Amino acid sequence: MKLTGAEIFIECLKREGVKTLFALPGGVVLKIFDTLHQQKDIEVILTRHEQGAGHMAEGYAKATGKAGVCLVTSGPGMTNVITALADAYMDSVPMVCFSGQVPTSLIGNDAFQEADNIGLSRPCTKYNFLVKDVNDLAATIKEAFYIATTGRPGPVLVDIPKDVSMAKAEFTYPNSVSIRGYNPTYEGNKWQIKQAAEAIMKAKKPILYVGGGVGFSGASQELLELAEMTQIPVDMTLMGLGVFPGEHPLSMGMLGMHGTYEANMAMHYSDLVIAIGARFDDRVTGKVSEFCPHAKVIHVDIDPTSIRKNINVDIPIVGDCKTVLRELNQILRATVNGEQKDLRKPWWDQIHEWQQAHPLTYHQEQDGPIKPQQVVKRLYELTRDRDPIVATDVGQHQMWAAQYFKLAKPNRWLTSGGLGTMGFGFPAAMGAQAAFRNRLVLCIAGDGSIQMNMQEMATAIISKLPVKIIILNNGFHGMVRQWQDLFYEGRYASSDLGTTPDFVKLAEAYGAVGLRVKKVGDLDAVLKEAMATDKPVIVDVPTYPYENCYPMIPAGGCNHEMLLEDPPELKKQVGSEKVTPEDKDTVLTA
Amino acid sequence: MEHIISVTVENKFGVLSRVAGLFSGRGFNIESLSVAPTLDPSMSQMTIVTSGDERIIEQIVKQLNKLIDVIKVVDLNETEFVSRETAIIKVHTKDADRAEALRIVDIFRANVIDSTPSTYTIEVSGDPKKIEAIINLLQPLGIKDLVRTGRVAVAREPARPVAVQTKKVARD
Repeated sequence: MKLTGAEIFIECLKREGVKTLFALPGGVVLKIFDTLHQQKDIEVILTRHEQGAGHMAEGYAKATGKAGVCLVTSGPGMTNVITALADAYMDSVPMVCFSGQVPTSLIGNDAFQEADNIGLSRPCTKYNFLVKDVNDLAATIKEAFYIATTGRPGPVLVDIPKDVSMAKAEFTYPNSVSIRGYNPTYEGNKWQIKQAAEAIMKAKKPILYVGGGVGFSGASQELLELAEMTQIPVDMTLMGLGVFPGEHPLSMGMLGMHGTYEANMAMHYSDLVIAIGARFDDRVTGKVSEFCPHAKVIHVDIDPTSIRKNINVDIPIVGDCKTVLRELNQILRATVNGEQKDLRKPWWDQIHEWQQAHPLTYHQEQDGPIKPQQVVKRLYELTRDRDPIVATDVGQHQMWAAQYFKLAKPNRWLTSGGLGTMGFGFPAAMGAQAAFRNRLVLCIAGDGSIQMNMQEMATAIISKLPVKIIILNNGFHGMVRQWQDLFYEGRYASSDLGTTPDFVKLAEAYGAVGLRVKKVGDLDAVLKEAMATDKPVIVDVPTYPYENCYPMIPAGGCNHEMLLEDPPELKKQVGSEKVTPEDKDTVLTA
Repeated sequence: MEHIISVTVENKFGVLSRVAGLFSGRGFNIESLSVAPTLDPSMSQMTIVTSGDERIIEQIVKQLNKLIDVIKVVDLNETEFVSRETAIIKVHTKDADRAEALRIVDIFRANVIDSTPSTYTIEVSGDPKKIEAIINLLQPLGIKDLVRTGRVAVAREPARPVAVQTKKVARD
């Protein structure tokens, strides 16, 4: 029997196990929406903006490990989803985006809502397809899912012209895919793995540096075994948070620009860096020429281009983290003995010294302004038993969330690392909530970034996605203000947001619940009330506006040269034009 | 250092823009690029002349390999190879110069492929130095038009079998 392109599209999605589609209609995809409307297997979540659809697909993918799927129209639909594609590409998120295109006969004619979708998305997707013939549609969709989810995952775009969605073809779904130019390496080189094991046995000051790749590969268990067996401390990247239990005694927390003191010091002074599924981003390496000056480097990554891109590697291992770690653990199991513990005792003494010297710190006065760290810390303590999924936007609040919310398991941390996309958190949280309707999904946001995709609150209400948003409201683009304080002599060029909306009323206007924490003593009660609500909630927490995020390695600085608190001259400067949260509150409600 | 990279790609639309976009997006140099179908019409062969230090060349090879439409990448500098470039030069020739132009053509084993009362069109193949040299000699006569193909290159058969090193760069 012959099916229309639109019907083929839906059949393919069902075969790929897609249950949820984040979508926004338009002229050239009407046939697909019309067909979707007449079936029940795939839930369509109508977003308010295509960027929201893209980030929801990302959130869905990060929380489930499966490809997130979104559908947008041609022209502006496509250009709006670009940010999400670029974000997914940087953070290796498996995602398939379908875009509508003008009819094949009109392509290139500057037709209404036409854009060169393939050209636009080429540098921000792992691969993209223009389907010119309905007979190729099924095979193309199969390839798209295969490419998005294998190797180093990433976003794939499939561009479907209007006439292709309407034309008919015989439907056959291929069982397998073979692409001659695409053969990801999963098995690591055995000789190299043996070299790595030997280096680990000999190292006196080793450190594990693990990233998001461990999560995508599902290698958390193997990582835990490796770390415990060899008693090597674990530094996590921003993307890697959760792949190793945050409260584990071997966990050093996050490393990098706002990483913990011990994580960065241990990196700098180690003699062996074991990088697994991480890519030596500039926010981690700081000044490349002085990065880990005493260390040999082992680098396990499925993407060969990640290896030796930024720093030199002594033992490169191209392969899947899980497969490689299994093999590595097998060798080590046979060789590890008590000797390593003695060998590394001075190293652990040193690490404990660092931990005690400069733990993460902030000062919350009993009746003083609310400190943002206090909010994240209490949120963590009050919700940890419910194993929440945590999304963030980008900025100071993101770094505080990374420092104080100690995740125990992978697939619980939704954040925009590589691209640093403000406005990511809320829709990503909604995508995760769509996958897990009964789980607690939190979105820690700033008052600046939440406004970048606020419109999706309507989607959260209509589609019953009860995400809990906690806004750390400091009236600033906080991270920008922090840099201006530190490097631009406190000139707040366009970082003071001036008037921000009354988020409580805004939530209510959408039909959600709005709550505000007026003083630090109310924090727990309000957070508990929010968590007990079955609707989307915005908790507005006016926080001390001049709090800065430490430790901090200034951009291009060296990892062992961290700023640990406001420099003295800055303290003076801030005191002179101090704005209390009450002042901000007056502004808000005025 | 200059490297010649031979890239076998899928012969379909958009592949050239993927390769060119990779070079521009990552700030790699392209000195020349030539592309044409191979014996197997489903594949095309690109010859890319580029330059950079060892680490950049390694990244170029790896990034090319990562492209899904790229089937094979060989850094020809890791083996012996022969390369050629062709130029077509249209030279303004007044009566007195015509004999001189033909002498130059003869010296460089070039060919005159078209002639009008006031011009010769000359075809010459060789390495870039040879082409530079004939251009220099023809310049005083007056070059009206000049097109160059960019280099194409092919690896020599090794005198004795040796392990090809290219995969080492590409994979581990």
